[in-house]
Amino acid sequence: MTDATANPVQPDGRKHGSLLQQDARIKRRNASEARFKFYGILAVATGLFFLVALLWAIISNGTGAFSQTYLTVQVELLESKLDKKGNRDIADIKKVSTFGYTPLIQDALLKEVQDRGIETEFAKKKDMKALISASAAAQVRDHVIANPDLIGQTVEFRVLASSRVDGYLKDRVSRESVARDKNISPAHLDLTDALVEAGVIKKIFNLDFILGSDASDTRPEAAGMGVSMLGSLFMMLVVLGLSLPIGVAASIYLEEFAPQNRWTDLIEVNISNLAAVPSIVFGILGLAVFIQFAHLPQSAPLVGGLVLTLMTLPTIIIATRASLKAVPPSIRDAALGVGASKMQSVFHHVLPLAAPGILTGTIIGLAQALGETAPLLLIGMVGFIASNYPEGVLDGFVAPNSAMPAQIYEWAKRADPAFYERAWGGIIILLVFLITMNIIAIILRRRFERRW
Amino acid sequence: MSFVKLTASTLAIAAISATAAAARDNVQVAGSSTVLPYASIVAEAFGENFDFPTPVVESGGSSAGLKRFCEGVGENTIDVANASRKIKDKEVAACAEAGVTDIIEVRIGYDGIVFASQINGPAYTAFTQEDIFNALSAKVVVDGALVENTNKQWADFNADLPAADIAAFIPGTKHGTREVFEEKVMVEGCKAAGAFDLYMAANGGDKKAAGKACYEVRTDGVSVDIDGDYTETLARIDANPNGIGVFGLAFYENNTDKLKVATMAGVVPSTESIATGEYPVSRPLFFYVKKAHIGVIPGLKEYAEFFVSEEIAGGDGPLAEYGLVSDPELEMTQEAVASEKTMN
Repeated sequence: MTDATANPVQPDGRKHGSLLQQDARIKRRNASEARFKFYGILAVATGLFFLVALLWAIISNGTGAFSQTYLTVQVELLESKLDKKGNRDIADIKKVSTFGYTPLIQDALLKEVQDRGIETEFAKKKDMKALISASAAAQVRDHVIANPDLIGQTVEFRVLASSRVDGYLKDRVSRESVARDKNISPAHLDLTDALVEAGVIKKIFNLDFILGSDASDTRPEAAGMGVSMLGSLFMMLVVLGLSLPIGVAASIYLEEFAPQNRWTDLIEVNISNLAAVPSIVFGILGLAVFIQFAHLPQSAPLVGGLVLTLMTLPTIIIATRASLKAVPPSIRDAALGVGASKMQSVFHHVLPLAAPGILTGTIIGLAQALGETAPLLLIGMVGFIASNYPEGVLDGFVAPNSAMPAQIYEWAKRADPAFYERAWGGIIILLVFLITMNIIAIILRRRFERRW
Repeated sequence: MSFVKLTASTLAIAAISATAAAARDNVQVAGSSTVLPYASIVAEAFGENFDFPTPVVESGGSSAGLKRFCEGVGENTIDVANASRKIKDKEVAACAEAGVTDIIEVRIGYDGIVFASQINGPAYTAFTQEDIFNALSAKVVVDGALVENTNKQWADFNADLPAADIAAFIPGTKHGTREVFEEKVMVEGCKAAGAFDLYMAANGGDKKAAGKACYEVRTDGVSVDIDGDYTETLARIDANPNGIGVFGLAFYENNTDKLKVATMAGVVPSTESIATGEYPVSRPLFFYVKKAHIGVIPGLKEYAEFFVSEEIAGGDGPLAEYGLVSDPELEMTQEAVASEKTMN
């Protein structure tokens, strides 16, 4: 019989290896461990590098959208132009379109330039057009319609500067880049410099970007996220209102009541499969079922919410089942032991203990749904949509609207480079929402989760 | 301001609105992504100047828009389809089948298609249709016979062009722009290169088949179909100094800091040269209105009339400013819209 436990004889003739002296094999093992650690650090560093690069790109490109350039001008609201009959009849005033207001604003800026003695080659009011946003006329017109008494007076307005001027103050536009631009000339930029010095042009915080509505392709300076944010909000209400009760009910039944048989196995497998279905598939389903079959309105947050509910349900069911499973059986047994019914044991004891996990899963599911774009493309939520604030709660659900990610996608597509900055800015807003939701989920989990 | 108002009114209306199933009160538009910027400019101005809500404009391409337009009559269908090409007989028939019989065709103006490249790239400054055909066609004429296109560089077939690798980004087949590219560039180039006659001979004098054969673009990766928007083409051009991209004139004019444009057959593309018809690669833009919806959807007729009004679509209007070449026969269009004149 051989001695199975005998130590191999070391190369140097010693019978036992020393802890102080490393032999070749130990060295190899240590080296491979060190290598593995290095790979790990490398992997983490690569991930961090991309995260930092991404955040840097988002912040450096997007912060510009949160400030905006404005012009302060004294607009003379000429009665001869705005109310020819002079009887302040609102119907007559409304007949003057924004095209009637544009020259007044251009005149006001030209006067500002001349009054301040700024030297420039421009002497016609039409030359001022390049500096003023096309949205200014609508702003003045709305104000006049709301206050018809102002006609005949000179009123101070703070109007948006054009996107090229804004871009110049944000270093996006330079003298070289506008050399071939038909919208603005380098001389306009000289004038801009002078007006900035005179305090007529100012760059301030851009609340309209957060609260405003989308704007057409000629006026990126006026575009905002507000309406599409409301669209996202109404969508999330639908998702929350449907997927939470359905998801929790389904998981409680599957986890606590359903018999273990082939049917429940099949359902379980399918739920896991649904969670992995690409979201665009849900978009096509939504188009076919909700719009073409059920005749729900196109582009409505209600439909968007329904589609995203389908997408979120599996996430919520899986999270809920996991947290129900985490409640130890002793809790159920104790409840049943003191005479509670099955349902009482679930609703009085198991569910409250599982609630933090369920909420966390729900919030993460909602955050996923909030950032989802693909299904929205198919149900008509991309385009020039988010232009009207909903008129009420019902309107909020059925009136055409966009959603934050769809709006970002739309901006990224548009020709004017100023929209590109808006798209990055939109990403910042979206990220703030997502991070907030995730932080809430983490806090809930930390504070209320029980471990056994 | 309106945000605060909104939240206040939201609560107030909550109770009332729960009972009322609101009828659609805004105009819904869908279709060509080329027309989308123009339509959104009009929609925005319309919302500002009228008491109707701002119309909703979706993109998705001419064909997709017309398909939805032809789904039928009723609140759940769109009112207006934008198209960067004329509606096809096939589509009119499909419309009629679904009950959409009275269609008002409105031509809003013209759009030029330009060939542009990176501003610091090789000197692509002058092309002819023949150059584009020789660079991108599946087959080219060599010594009087059609052979597979093996041209690698522009200088291979035209010594005046730079010795740079051919790389072109052209609109995909779902775009209306592709048709214009095929008809106004490829077929013209095909004729100039003599390939058209050879195709004619091969097809027994069938003009249509010869034309179709001229559309064939080489498939060896030199010519890339872009299914997305012009921004995607721009990104490709940005990444490839040798690249040539096909853009709408309006898109180019908004990105002159990154792109330089090439002349076509010696003509510089501009709104003027397109209006006079000198620049060869242009196409009319349209929108189609469902007559059955006029009077049902509030603001539909006003929107159509506003779109073609002189202050919007005229030579000094915001559309022309954005890059639309205004229609010299705009007055006729205005009359047709006012009298709700349908096709045929």
